[in-house]
Amino acid sequence: MGFYLAQLLTGLANASSLFLIASGLSIIFGVTRIVNFAHGSFYMLGAYLAYTLVTTLQGGIPGYWFSVLAAAVLVGGIGLVVELTILRRIYRAPELFQLVATFGVVLIVQDATLAIWGAEDLLGPRAPGLDRAVRLMGEPIPEYDLALIAIGPAVLAAIWLVFHRTRWGVLVRAATQDREMVGALGVNQAWLFSAAFVLGSALAGLGGALQIPREAVSLQMDLSIIGEAFVVVVIGGMGSVTGAFVAAVLISVLNAFAILIFPQVSIVLPFVVMAAVLIVRPYGLFGRPGSEHGGAEEPEQPLRLLDQRSTMVLLALVAMLAFSPAVVSDFTTILLVDVMVATLFAVSLHFMMGIGGMVSFGHAAYFGVGAYAAAMAVKMLGWGMLPAMALGPVAAALAALFFGWFCVRLSGVYLAMLTMAAAQILWGVTFQWQEVTGGDDGILGVWPAEWAKSDRVYFYLALVLCLGGIWLLRRVAHSPFGYTLRGVRDSRIRAEAIGIDTRFHQWMGFTLAGTLAGLAGVVFVFSKGSVFPDALSIGHSIDGLIMVLLGGIHALAGPVYGAMAMVLIEDWVSRLDYWRFIFGGIILTVVLLAPDGIAGGVRRLIQLVRRDAA
Amino acid sequence: MTPVLEVRGLSKAFGGVQAVDDVSFELRQGEFLALIGPNGAGKTTCFNMLNGYLPPSSGSVKLNGRELIGMPPRRIWRLGVGRTFQITATFLSMTVLENVQMALISHHRRVYDLFSRATRMYLDEAMALLDLVSMREQADRPCSELAYGDLKRLELAIALAHEPALLLMDEPTAGMAPSERVALMALTADIVARGHVSVVFTEHDMDVVFAHAHRILVLNRGRLIAEGTGAEIRANPLVQEVYLGGGRLFEKERGNA
Repeated sequence: MGFYLAQLLTGLANASSLFLIASGLSIIFGVTRIVNFAHGSFYMLGAYLAYTLVTTLQGGIPGYWFSVLAAAVLVGGIGLVVELTILRRIYRAPELFQLVATFGVVLIVQDATLAIWGAEDLLGPRAPGLDRAVRLMGEPIPEYDLALIAIGPAVLAAIWLVFHRTRWGVLVRAATQDREMVGALGVNQAWLFSAAFVLGSALAGLGGALQIPREAVSLQMDLSIIGEAFVVVVIGGMGSVTGAFVAAVLISVLNAFAILIFPQVSIVLPFVVMAAVLIVRPYGLFGRPGSEHGGAEEPEQPLRLLDQRSTMVLLALVAMLAFSPAVVSDFTTILLVDVMVATLFAVSLHFMMGIGGMVSFGHAAYFGVGAYAAAMAVKMLGWGMLPAMALGPVAAALAALFFGWFCVRLSGVYLAMLTMAAAQILWGVTFQWQEVTGGDDGILGVWPAEWAKSDRVYFYLALVLCLGGIWLLRRVAHSPFGYTLRGVRDSRIRAEAIGIDTRFHQWMGFTLAGTLAGLAGVVFVFSKGSVFPDALSIGHSIDGLIMVLLGGIHALAGPVYGAMAMVLIEDWVSRLDYWRFIFGGIILTVVLLAPDGIAGGVRRLIQLVRRDAA
Repeated sequence: MTPVLEVRGLSKAFGGVQAVDDVSFELRQGEFLALIGPNGAGKTTCFNMLNGYLPPSSGSVKLNGRELIGMPPRRIWRLGVGRTFQITATFLSMTVLENVQMALISHHRRVYDLFSRATRMYLDEAMALLDLVSMREQADRPCSELAYGDLKRLELAIALAHEPALLLMDEPTAGMAPSERVALMALTADIVARGHVSVVFTEHDMDVVFAHAHRILVLNRGRLIAEGTGAEIRANPLVQEVYLGGGRLFEKERGNA
């Protein structure tokens, strides 16, 4: 009995810290409609700042609590700077831009933290006055956990009071429901948004600062918390603080007991719960419909078929690519295979997002399933390369068929979150299921067949498969199927009114995009000879998003440019120290200065040249 | 001859509010029928039940003798019911022509075709439809550039693409300039006169209604209170009271209830 009580209390203590970060995320989303990936960075900064303050002040009980609060305030200040310099400029941009911009902030903060505090994990001091354990029903319970259990509801009550008893709080709630109306009433939105962002980031900082007696302060804190925080916000309903609290308790307590039965479950459990909640309540427990979309998008220009001259240029480029192994070094040939794999992956993601209007935060899942299926067929079933290559996309298609069925029931940010949950569940399976997938060690020794062993032969195999996949997706984009998919994206109600089964169509579009991502995974696994759970990670999904954005989402050629740029930039900067800082800077530059990406830049350049020639 | 559309005892309650109460009417082949009534009379609710967007609490809607209740909007469309929206809904990232081609592609059941070029399909049919609404010159313009009146005409062309037996138009002239309104409804009346399509439309603009409708139904508080030609409706004291006010009407109703 006492043991179960201890589990319950541990769960509740975890719930409190999860609630602090998730409530801030939810407030920020509610008011500004920004999916803030950098929220985990604020949490991490709170922990680092609190560590520095506590260890330098050495002020006993008052010193500790002063440091925690000061860290929260400082993080709020950092949030203000981020809001004023970056986010303020992109409130009207589509979700994807905002997401990628905040991910740029994540990269920059990571390297800034590394530069200031170093790579070593820092062990924080225990909280003075709360450093022992009390015995409840014979089980030792850390006093600090009890304090956390009290702090969570106290913060919830404070936020409730602010939101219901102050004019500012009323405005925040009003803006969460209807931003335009609040603006029409003469409220200064810029100020309201900044204030909400500061409050949200301060709460994340507080959550991080309170963690220092419980876990080591490390550079992995940001991305390890953000997935779970998103889940909590989505389960609770985006914009709802009460919902965040209920969801945090639900997740943490469930987790505390589930690990007793099945210890590996903790990585996957939050995402399973989220998927289950979203299927029953598509807007979360306390959410309302209508909050799922970010800024409105400019209508896209119609697609045009290539004219003769562009076709010639394209064929010439493909021919150059095909003859390149004769000229360039083996190293470059291998790099070109990477480029082609990345391009097919990006094109398949663009098909889903650009053509289909379904933003995916978890597209890497289908890439990974394709790669793992092929690798497992070779290693466990002893299949040859070609049958394994055929199996990969089929497996990816089945996975996309299964998860897509759930995802297309939602739209906007909720759909994106469910794709992320799907990816995390699959990632968890590859990570935990040691006997079959090799877990963290991955699957090694997946090499091409004897005839395709040389870099050059494999290059041509990759060329055929990747360009074939890209050609197929382009062809489909111009086909009735692709047009219908764009039609559903443009106006679901009109599509339904001309007899289209919109959900089914999106489901098929989702599946096709997943299948081609699986093909990219297959080419990838035989070129590297191995596959690790990383292939399915959120980070890899975000790579895809960055490629699509970098290239320009409103052009079919966009992802091609984006993937090339991404692989080349990565190849160049990842040799440098602080490459994340540079990479984050590049991302922010593109988002802020060239929102139509490389494709937009190229188009403007061509127009300029043509005008001069005319 | 069976009527094109036969509505019997159609009712819809939202909680305690009886939005549409036991409405019955028929639509004959080639008829141009207006559904009018003050705000909140239940016109749009009625409409959304006809085209499958809203399940009724009770009643029946038959198209050429076939029951429509329980079918999703897309199946009702396949049976030959076209519709336009109060606020236009078109595919903004496509050209005017492509919007019509989309409807034709769906009509010919080619939406799962992965390899044909969509822009080259059903060109002549699409152009003919655009001709019908005098939009041929605009065929290659992006839909996002069109003026609102042109979007309304485009919607009409889309709605006619599958040669419907019945066309449902929810406030077809809402948001248009007065001169455009007259032109659009004259065009619609023209299409009704020459073809096989019958039309039900709701409207606030009485000029439009009295100029073109063959027959008018008047809804008030969910009930059908009058039915007849323009002249009959104009002379109907009950309709006058509803539109011009008159507290006694409401008292009388309350007395009856």
